[in-house]
Amino acid sequence: MTWQRANGRKPDELRPISAKVGVIKQAVGSAMFQQGNTKALAAVYGPRELHPKFMQDPEKGYLRVYYNMLPFSGAGDRVRPGNNRRSKEISMIMQSALRPVVDLNAFPNTVLDVFIELPQTDAGTRCAAICAASMALADAGIPMKDLVSAVSMGKVEDTMVLDLDYIEDSHEIGVDIPVAMIHHSKEISLLQMDGIITKEELMKNIDMVKKACDEIYEVQKQALKDSFAKGE
Amino acid sequence: MSELKIQDKTIAVPGEVLATGMDYLPSFGTYRAGDDILASRLGLVTIDGKVIKIVPVSGRYLPKRNDVIITKVTEILMSGWRVDTNSAYSAVLPLRDASSEFIARGADLSKFFDIGDYMMAKVTNVTSQNLVDISMKGPGLRKLRGGRIIEVNTNKVPRIIGKQGSMVSLIKQHTGCSILVGQNGLVWMHGPDPQKELLAIEVIKKIEKESHLSGLTDRVKDYLEKRTGGEK
Repeated sequence: MTWQRANGRKPDELRPISAKVGVIKQAVGSAMFQQGNTKALAAVYGPRELHPKFMQDPEKGYLRVYYNMLPFSGAGDRVRPGNNRRSKEISMIMQSALRPVVDLNAFPNTVLDVFIELPQTDAGTRCAAICAASMALADAGIPMKDLVSAVSMGKVEDTMVLDLDYIEDSHEIGVDIPVAMIHHSKEISLLQMDGIITKEELMKNIDMVKKACDEIYEVQKQALKDSFAKGE
Repeated sequence: MSELKIQDKTIAVPGEVLATGMDYLPSFGTYRAGDDILASRLGLVTIDGKVIKIVPVSGRYLPKRNDVIITKVTEILMSGWRVDTNSAYSAVLPLRDASSEFIARGADLSKFFDIGDYMMAKVTNVTSQNLVDISMKGPGLRKLRGGRIIEVNTNKVPRIIGKQGSMVSLIKQHTGCSILVGQNGLVWMHGPDPQKELLAIEVIKKIEKESHLSGLTDRVKDYLEKRTGGEK
């Protein structure tokens, strides 16, 4: 018995994606990325002076990522606002997922702040957040080697699936593996795993993720190009 | 076999392949990965013979030597002033470059420039650590009294100034305002009445928004003539 997905989605089918750049006018760069019912807003401020001063690096700028789920964003249970263990961890892993592409050598002693808010969540938030953040960084005119695209893959019961929604993510017999990929070099900058999976299964499905990330990259690219076509 | 993958004067996204093969050369905003030339920031592709570069369209100002910028005094030091440059780095105006007047030892420096004063200044030096020195000695460099200041995208400043200052003199002519444009994206204007200043702001915002479209000068001219009823 294979796992039947909501809305009759095929195992390797992504949820509908939409993206938009320049959604927050006050920020230096900003972007929205939506995947199914998961929506991320990213705003980039800086480079600007870094305080406290002891954190300044005279060789390069510092990338600071702040991930936050809004209180009403879940399935109806109120998410406690503010920092928690989980958001702290995700902020950190996002920072390391984006750091390989962002070139901050031109901005010593400064900080680049990336704020990500999630007004609506249905699993895959860190992936949507990484996609939004990399678009916002590009929009902010930051020198960067490449864009980062991210998607989750996993296993529900005995079916390998792509882009898990909340039902699949929280399924008792399941694995959730968020992956972030640097587009051109196909390097993986984030790989986490919740659950048990064999090495063979994992390796087989990395190819599936590659294809999906290419699809997401096209959406990101188009959104960035569109923001200029309309006279923004 | 070398091949261009993108058209001249179109928007490129970080990580996008601009050309393949060794016949093209990567310049500003691009890099080579294997045989390919890739974009390393968001911007307008400019192909000049064999050289491919990217002209940025977004991002904050980064101080550059010989730029004329609009600055704001934030601090009075022992031997000069610290000013905000609308970038990640503050600048220092040393005493000897502040005025052609003699400034005695221990004089009250706020008599010359007080905290909150704006002035047009020239960047004299930028170190590798981005420590910035500015000077008030030079034609047109002065304290800005009255008027108002707006912030625009620093990458669009050349369009606001126009070829040999054609665009800015057009606005000056029609609104009767004196206008100073700093390379750092701050624009100061002072006019005979507030309505005229607001019109100047409106036109500058319009230029900023439509800067990438052709026939800009003519459109701005028509717009100004319509708004001022043809009177000069």
